[in-house]
Amino acid sequence: MNRATSKLSRLILPVAVSVSLTLLLAQAAFAQLKVLACEPEWGALTQELAGDKVSVSSVTTALQDPHHIEARPSLIARARNADLVVCTGSELEVGWLPLLLTQSGNTKIQPGNPGYLETSQFVSRLEIPKVLDRSLGDIHPAGNPHIHLNPRNIAKVAEVLRDRLMQIDSANADFYKSRTAAFLARWGESIRRWESQAAPLKGMTMVVYHRDLSYLNQWLGLRETGSLEPKPGIPATTAHLADLVARMQRDPAKIIVYSAYNNPQAAQFLSDRTKIPAVMLPYTVGGSDRAKDLFGLFDDTLARLLAVQK
Amino acid sequence: MLKPTLMAVAVAAALLAPGAASAVSDAEMKELREQVRQLKEQYEKRIESLERRLQQAEGAAQKAQGAAVKAEGVAATAADAATKAEAQALKAESAAVQANIRPASEAAFNPAVSVILNGVYANLSKDPGRFQITGFVPTLGEVSPGNRGFSLGESELTLAANVDHYFRGTLIASLQPDDRVGVEEANIQSLGLSNGFTLKVGRFLSSVGYQNEIHAHAWDFTDAPLANKVFLGNQLADDGLQIKRLAPTDTFFELGAEFGRGRAFPASNRDKNGAGASNLFARLGGDIGASTAWRVGLAHLSTTAQNRNYDDLDSTGTQVNNSFNGRSSLWALDGVLKWSPNGNSTSTNFKLQGEYFRRSENGNLTYDTAPASLGTQTGTLRSAQSGWYAQGVYQFMPMWRVGYRFDRLNSGTVKLGLVDSGALSAADFPILAGNDATRNTLMFDFSPSEFSRLRLQFARDRSRLGVTDNQVFLQYIVSLGAHGAHKF
Repeated sequence: MNRATSKLSRLILPVAVSVSLTLLLAQAAFAQLKVLACEPEWGALTQELAGDKVSVSSVTTALQDPHHIEARPSLIARARNADLVVCTGSELEVGWLPLLLTQSGNTKIQPGNPGYLETSQFVSRLEIPKVLDRSLGDIHPAGNPHIHLNPRNIAKVAEVLRDRLMQIDSANADFYKSRTAAFLARWGESIRRWESQAAPLKGMTMVVYHRDLSYLNQWLGLRETGSLEPKPGIPATTAHLADLVARMQRDPAKIIVYSAYNNPQAAQFLSDRTKIPAVMLPYTVGGSDRAKDLFGLFDDTLARLLAVQK
Repeated sequence: MLKPTLMAVAVAAALLAPGAASAVSDAEMKELREQVRQLKEQYEKRIESLERRLQQAEGAAQKAQGAAVKAEGVAATAADAATKAEAQALKAESAAVQANIRPASEAAFNPAVSVILNGVYANLSKDPGRFQITGFVPTLGEVSPGNRGFSLGESELTLAANVDHYFRGTLIASLQPDDRVGVEEANIQSLGLSNGFTLKVGRFLSSVGYQNEIHAHAWDFTDAPLANKVFLGNQLADDGLQIKRLAPTDTFFELGAEFGRGRAFPASNRDKNGAGASNLFARLGGDIGASTAWRVGLAHLSTTAQNRNYDDLDSTGTQVNNSFNGRSSLWALDGVLKWSPNGNSTSTNFKLQGEYFRRSENGNLTYDTAPASLGTQTGTLRSAQSGWYAQGVYQFMPMWRVGYRFDRLNSGTVKLGLVDSGALSAADFPILAGNDATRNTLMFDFSPSEFSRLRLQFARDRSRLGVTDNQVFLQYIVSLGAHGAHKF
């Protein structure tokens, strides 16, 4: 044995010890199903369907742009321990999720396995681009991924998520089934209530920040007449804002909206010059004080829009 | 077919007629007339038959019209059904649109392709051809600041795809501006071995320190820190295997080991079985609140070098080739901290990064291997050297960043048996003369989108003993093709 290999074996021993120690630790906590949601809306939905049978954490908060997240060590550690990852898909998380998955060393959550769920696969997506070219901005080939702002999409995803929970944790299958049924009943009622509340909003024109409200607009019949981003994913430029000011002075929209994670400066700039009210929408669970859960998210979103319409 | 023939006959007849008339006999004229008459007859018959068929068709059409009137009634009732069907068709169409997102062709399985293009304009106050980092053994890596004036940077071509449900394959080829093609990385990586294990086999960037693992296009400065240049030959990618395990803890804790041939500095391509280089590393990371994330790492790279060569000018002014045989041990301590308000890095963010390297080498140094000056001689070499850098990059508004880096090397002690014994003098090894190199670097960059970046960098480089090189770099880096994901 030469000196190089003897040194190697000296170093392998501590590695082996710590590896076996960490393996032992792994056996300790395995009571609750660990769910890692890429966005808060899916975390909230999982919580609704699974209650205390799961421990849910979300990769992003409502104050973070889900397109741009660092694959932080803490996230890799959470992916490592997850039994189920619930993400939007449609390339919303393309800049960071693949790294979390490959670095996690966790087979369960790899695409194709039951522990990996892409919610946008189960709803009709809007704005599927006919032309794919980066000169058009950061567009998503599979369509607009911000699907959760149409509550009917939430209902569709709830069914898929329920099936997935039942598959992964069959011991609690009945629990997930009845809890989802109860949720869907309440959700259906709420949808009817929201739709009647939102009737006055039909046809309302709006300037958005990013095209992340398209599903809300489709659901309630709102009309997007401009966006603060010149192209998807490209921050507002002064030239584009000047153009938007001129356009809004000719043909004003009813409201300027931006999401909780957007910088409000551009919206405020446009509002100051056009006297069109700028309103922050929570966008997802946690985006405002009232948007504590999915019900609160839609209650608050509608309340904020209706306050302007009146 | 007939029509053109007839025309041809007529045209030919007309053309030939004037000159030919006298030459044509009566009998021949008769024959021609007969032929024309026959043709005419044939045509008349054809036209008649066509007319008959037309009449028959008209009759059939009238009958059909009657049937159509009756069908109209049926159609009216069918219309209702059709409206319903149309609604369903619309639904089906939208479903089809969804289904069509991914093309059903062979090409659908093509790997994700992406290309990095970059170019530099460099303004260097000192001749880059004479660049050296005095005090340290040359690494034979690309450590010089490059050409003066315009030059193309390294273009990178990446192909990556899942091989099957076990492996992901990645090839990163670098197309050098001097028309060489290199393999930067080519490896297969396991897709979750479970229990936190990951295995990588092939050529990959070594996990020694922080920056070494990051591709040059994602660096925050145009060039590598001086410490990476002298200790890792700019960037170390070995051929071998890497296994690492992520602990099942809430705090990120990773342990890993790499075993490689030792194809590049600080090892050297040697003729021996087994591993010529091994790297053991551990990393710890986590969050502080929602705004801050951190990671620290410690790595130990142990290599054996066989005939690791470099050129130097000895005391007689002759270029000699020297060679090192022995063991090299490198410790690397790294840390990175990233801050952004509420973890939202789109508007503003800050990144602090630093690494400390310490290397000791122990073996023999052979002077003048191909006798060109004072003759081949071998003596011991023992060295202990270190270096570090720290850098901060601040994005003060969307698209715009500013960064500062400080580099420092400590050439430490290099004890040469040949010098101690008096066989040769320190002047025979000028590149190993004591020198604590420093460099100050200031950088501004502008990223119009996620896929493009323009950078302006100023550096005051004191790598060469007693020489200050003022460097200005203007650089563009763009990426096209598949959307890449960047490491933390």
